[in-house]
Amino acid sequence: MVDKQLALEWYRKMALIRRFEEKCAEGYAYAKIGGFLHLYIGQEAVAVGAIGALNDDDDIVTHYRDHGHAIARGLDTNALMAELYGKATGCSKGRGGSMHFADASKHFWGGYALVGAHLPLAVGLAMASQYKGENRLAMAIFGDGSTNNGGFHESLNMAAVFKLPVIFLIENNLYSMGVALHRDSSISDLYKRAASYGIHGEAFDGMDVQAAYEATKRAVEHVRAGNGPVLLEAKTYRFRGHSMADPEMYRSKEEVEFWKQKDPITTWKARCVEAGIATAAEFDEMEAAANREAEESVKFADESPEPELSTLCDYIYANPIGQTEYQPV
Amino acid sequence: MRTITVRQAIQEALREEMRRDENVFLMGEDIAYYGSAYGVTKGFVDEFGEKRVKDTPISETAIIGAATGAALGGLRPIPEIMSINFALQALDQVVNHSAKLSYMFGGQMKVPMVMRTPAGWSQLSATHSQTLELLFAYIPGLKVVMPSTPYDHKGLLKSAIRDDDPVIFIEHALIYGAKGEVPEEEYLVPIGKSVVRRPGKDVTVVAYSRMAMLAMEAANDLAAEGIDVEVIDLRTLRPLDMEPVIESVKKTNRVVIAEEGWKTYGIGAEVQSRIYEEAFDYIDAPVRRVAGVEVPAPYNKHLEMAAYPHKANIVAAIREVLK
Repeated sequence: MVDKQLALEWYRKMALIRRFEEKCAEGYAYAKIGGFLHLYIGQEAVAVGAIGALNDDDDIVTHYRDHGHAIARGLDTNALMAELYGKATGCSKGRGGSMHFADASKHFWGGYALVGAHLPLAVGLAMASQYKGENRLAMAIFGDGSTNNGGFHESLNMAAVFKLPVIFLIENNLYSMGVALHRDSSISDLYKRAASYGIHGEAFDGMDVQAAYEATKRAVEHVRAGNGPVLLEAKTYRFRGHSMADPEMYRSKEEVEFWKQKDPITTWKARCVEAGIATAAEFDEMEAAANREAEESVKFADESPEPELSTLCDYIYANPIGQTEYQPV
Repeated sequence: MRTITVRQAIQEALREEMRRDENVFLMGEDIAYYGSAYGVTKGFVDEFGEKRVKDTPISETAIIGAATGAALGGLRPIPEIMSINFALQALDQVVNHSAKLSYMFGGQMKVPMVMRTPAGWSQLSATHSQTLELLFAYIPGLKVVMPSTPYDHKGLLKSAIRDDDPVIFIEHALIYGAKGEVPEEEYLVPIGKSVVRRPGKDVTVVAYSRMAMLAMEAANDLAAEGIDVEVIDLRTLRPLDMEPVIESVKKTNRVVIAEEGWKTYGIGAEVQSRIYEEAFDYIDAPVRRVAGVEVPAPYNKHLEMAAYPHKANIVAAIREVLK
């Protein structure tokens, strides 16, 4: 079993992701948050376990369901909620929104919104690490739907050819938006696709934070030893719809209920209390801290200023040439 | 001054910048031992090794995506896409990632990448002969360069490599062998500056890449008849520097715009409308556009020659605006 401090910290982070996203859903209902909102609820163990197994300077690129990964990496929840509110204080200064959280100073290179298209970025980050002789690895996190996209194939092949330090982590939540895995993939154990590239592949229980941590630790050791990339598959499930606009006509309530019995947060607490790692009261303290942080982030976001219109055209270029200031149409 | 070809100018720029900055590296299909499809990177792997001259799989998405990621990681990648036609396979990466990361994440990332790619045609038919620079020039966040002379190829490529933004550097395969004066000593040509290639008072010809070279030939031919042509080479398509064009129009009052691309929605359409917006009162004749015929490129050499504009087309258009 894990030590007490780690057990509580994992719990705090999973609870923080859950509470933060419940606040997101509220903010969306109040139209404080616009655009698409894809909640991670149900999948928290994957982000917390897998990212917890990395070093702080390992590079991460992820997909549009990115709130959990950002929180697991330790991005400031105030800046994240402010980003959802489109505020100037947001992590991407209100330019990105829900799908584009990032903090370059934390080697969190962003959430990307085109399925499978961000995997090559992780290949490139790993290429830079290898080129400079550094020990950093890159993790690309993506959904099961990405494995049917050309970017997946090109990235795994190129990473394998160059023996690059990349962990490709599939969050298999069984649905590509509304299409069930068996309807769009030729196999259901997606980690087996590793065999096509001559690399190591492994699946783990994505509802179990410890399983996520341990499988990723093994992958990290394999990759850092110079053995090339690893393909990991988390078997997980999202409890909410694909996005807030999803009426969920494609799956049964029974199926959702079945997976909710595996809730990664409540099951982790129950297991740890039963094993005597920490008391229920100690977990409740973590829960309360998560609640406070989530509430604080909403207050911060609400009170933050909107970006000035005069800044509309800022950041298009790192090195702007010619007239790039905002001119009203 | 010594004279070298466009190809040699590109090679010099790459070699000088690779010697200057060890974070600069090349990657692409068949660039190491084959020496690249048009021979531009021949010998580079011998000098710089496989680490800095990487042969890649035929994976355009991964090439440009990985180059973008490597740029985030602190390198200065120069990915080569073997033909601009193959860049369509990488367009999602260029448009959605290379061009967007700086803005989308609020200025906390930069992508110092130069995508080099040859354009052009010579009986390669429909899928290998397209004039696609417009697709890139349309995208905010990119800088798009398409030079004509060896001098500009070298100076602009060196600037592109040192630039912190993604630059699309397009080389016209039909002018790789064209010669021009290039000094031995180091120099840079700034991105985003159009240039008056030849001063004249009767008519302005605006062009870039191969068409700018043909415009110079047309101007020289017409000089014998006493027609004084001013030639402006755009050199950079984004950001587009219209200042020398507008200044020229105010002087000559007559304009021809020459490009190889399809006329509808083309680079010429943009230049033309900017002239009408900014110098309408100075125009004495309708602005004429010389452009490619709107057809997929044919294989047959006579059909192909008819599909692309040549010097004679520029000369005819000049005579037309001078009537």
